[in-house]
Amino acid sequence: MRSEILTATSRDTQSTPQPIVQIEHLQKHYQMGDTIVRALEDISFTMLTGEFWSIMGPSGSGKSTLLNLLGCLDQPTDGLYRLGGIDVSEMDDDELSEIRNERIGFIFQSFNLIQQLTVLENIEVPLFYMGWDPTDSRDRAQELAEKVGLGDRAGHRPRELSGGQQQRVAIARAMANDPLILLADEPTGNLDSKTEAEILAMLQELNEQGKTVIVVTHELKVAEIANWNLSMRDGLIDAVRGPEDSDRSRWQG
Amino acid sequence: MSASRYWRTVRLGLKSLALHKLRSGLTVLGIVFGVCSVIAMLSIGEGASWEAQEQIKALGSTNIIVDSVQPPENQSASAERSRVVDYGLRYKDAERIQETIPEVSVVIPVRQIEKDLWHLQRRSRGVVKGTLPYYFGLGRFELQEGRYLTDTDVETHANVGVLGSAAARDLFPFENPIGKLIRVGTDPFRVVGVLREKAAASAKDTGSEIIEETGYDFYIPLPTAQDWFGELIVKVSSGSRDMERVELHRLQIQIEGDHENLEAAVDRTASALRTMLERHHPDVDYRITVPLELLRSARATKRIFNIVLGSIAGISLLVGGIGIMNIMLASVTERTREIGVRRALGAKRKHVISQFLIETVVLSVGGGLLGIVLGIIIPQLVTAFSDMKTIITPFSLILSFGISGLVGVLFGIYPAWRAANMDPIEALRHE
Ligand SMILES: Nc1ncnc2c1ncn2[C@@H]1O[C@H](COP(=O)(O)OP(=O)(O)OP(=O)(O)O)[C@@H](O)[C@H]1O
Ligand SMILES: [Mg+2]
Repeated sequence: MRSEILTATSRDTQSTPQPIVQIEHLQKHYQMGDTIVRALEDISFTMLTGEFWSIMGPSGSGKSTLLNLLGCLDQPTDGLYRLGGIDVSEMDDDELSEIRNERIGFIFQSFNLIQQLTVLENIEVPLFYMGWDPTDSRDRAQELAEKVGLGDRAGHRPRELSGGQQQRVAIARAMANDPLILLADEPTGNLDSKTEAEILAMLQELNEQGKTVIVVTHELKVAEIANWNLSMRDGLIDAVRGPEDSDRSRWQG
Repeated sequence: MSASRYWRTVRLGLKSLALHKLRSGLTVLGIVFGVCSVIAMLSIGEGASWEAQEQIKALGSTNIIVDSVQPPENQSASAERSRVVDYGLRYKDAERIQETIPEVSVVIPVRQIEKDLWHLQRRSRGVVKGTLPYYFGLGRFELQEGRYLTDTDVETHANVGVLGSAAARDLFPFENPIGKLIRVGTDPFRVVGVLREKAAASAKDTGSEIIEETGYDFYIPLPTAQDWFGELIVKVSSGSRDMERVELHRLQIQIEGDHENLEAAVDRTASALRTMLERHHPDVDYRITVPLELLRSARATKRIFNIVLGSIAGISLLVGGIGIMNIMLASVTERTREIGVRRALGAKRKHVISQFLIETVVLSVGGGLLGIVLGIIIPQLVTAFSDMKTIITPFSLILSFGISGLVGVLFGIYPAWRAANMDPIEALRHE
């Protein structure tokens, strides 16, 4: 178990960026009675390891839908999605669960910690489903709690923590499986601006350590931190802005 | 899943239940009372039927007992001031039975006279029974001291007798009764033996109204009884003097046969006996008691009792189970977010299923254990306060524990299935 995590860590520190999220003509339609809601029309792009992406756009433009697909919580209606080189667009429920468990870290707007569990136990949840040994997982959770500055709150319940502290626990939990991509849907939507800055700094730090981060947001502050920005409108890519030297052929609207 | 994962899931279940302690506690009560009542009722039933069976066995299952009873038309006859009622079994009946029914080994006649027993100034209630030495060979008696009646006593019409334990206590509180003279009315008898008290000596609760050993019996040789007390018995009741002429009060019929055929032999003898007595006693001044038949009907009663108890217990556990299912469904709805989060973090459907199933089983088995504790305590209290016998069988413990586990699984399946089949995205959005 431990050795797998060590190799997983080494994949973040590879010097040349590799394609990690490859999407081609992705579509997501919802059948609502007689009408079809085209939440995603036709989306194609590639993200590389170590990038920090922000996804912006007006309400209802399909940001959350896209993020749920990237997080393997849902299946596309059509199109291709390759995560870390594996095609996940045809997988069944159990296989998707395994992919989420091993390759994806989620951070939610409303923290979503489990109320009856302590800080450490919350961080351990993904490790439990990975089948980790209890002592190893306890050690790893303690280590992560300390990294997010909550080593002294290890035994506390979520409702004894502030919103910012809860979100830090959620970040620790998202990092427990050392994911390929870290997904966050409006992670600072429920926080004041001071705490927001703290959380953003933490995401930035993780990105600097090599983690690929994708954040859906309405905040320009987040977009400023991200080195790539994807704007959406009506289920389509409106614009992609990257660093000056970037290769624009990696996306099409 | 490994044992340690099960254990961690059980602990998780306990934590989740602890989130709503009162609610979990109230839910569990249904199972607690169900299990507790199963064990308590079964133990009371078991105790009662054990007592009944012991009492019947004490009569001897290879015996048939025929008692003389006053026929009903004589009882309701006009209130004459004084009359002689003549009824009951005859010496001739004893002979006839012995000679004509093949599987009868011994017929033991008993004459019975109720007379007070005296020793110096001490008096005891007494039932004088004239009988033959065989009577003691039925294995129902134990000697405290001295000896039983012998054939010589019978041949010589000896004035000797064997005293019941209660009468011995009344008459001889401080001395050994053996060899002492006691008076029956005015007639002197020598005590040659004293019986030991037996635990299940009385048959009063079996509903069979058999004249039985009460501890106030005084057994004397049958010929001696005829010599001294004749055949006329004077009964004084509510001012009128009734005279009864009864030759024999009881015939105790012993049946022989090897072990497997014994039951059939008893049945054959009983029916032969009924036919014979019907012919010679058209007044029906007798009553036949077949302990084996009583034993059978006691067992049949017990079976019915168990079925009724089982149904009551089943219904109460069903109600408890529905209560548990109800709460688990509410819990699943309340924890929709948690389910969504777990699914997002990698829980498969089967993980969610086992989490909620184990939680339900923890609830119901917890209730079951509590019910077992109460179910063991309550019969003890019943015994302590009402001297009703109770027997807790390991079977009833295993049964009720098993059922409580089964209730958990059965009523946990649907809520767990509901939890596992939620759409993760919907679940995460749930308010
Ligand atoms: N389960 C669903 N069933 C039907 N329609 C859906 C479903 N989920 C999303 N939609 C529709 O898809 C479109 C995109 O929704 P989405 O949640 O992705 O928007 P969003 O960009 O995240 O908006 P917001 O900024 O308000 O969160 C909307 O029109 C929405 O109504
Ligand atoms: Mg959204």
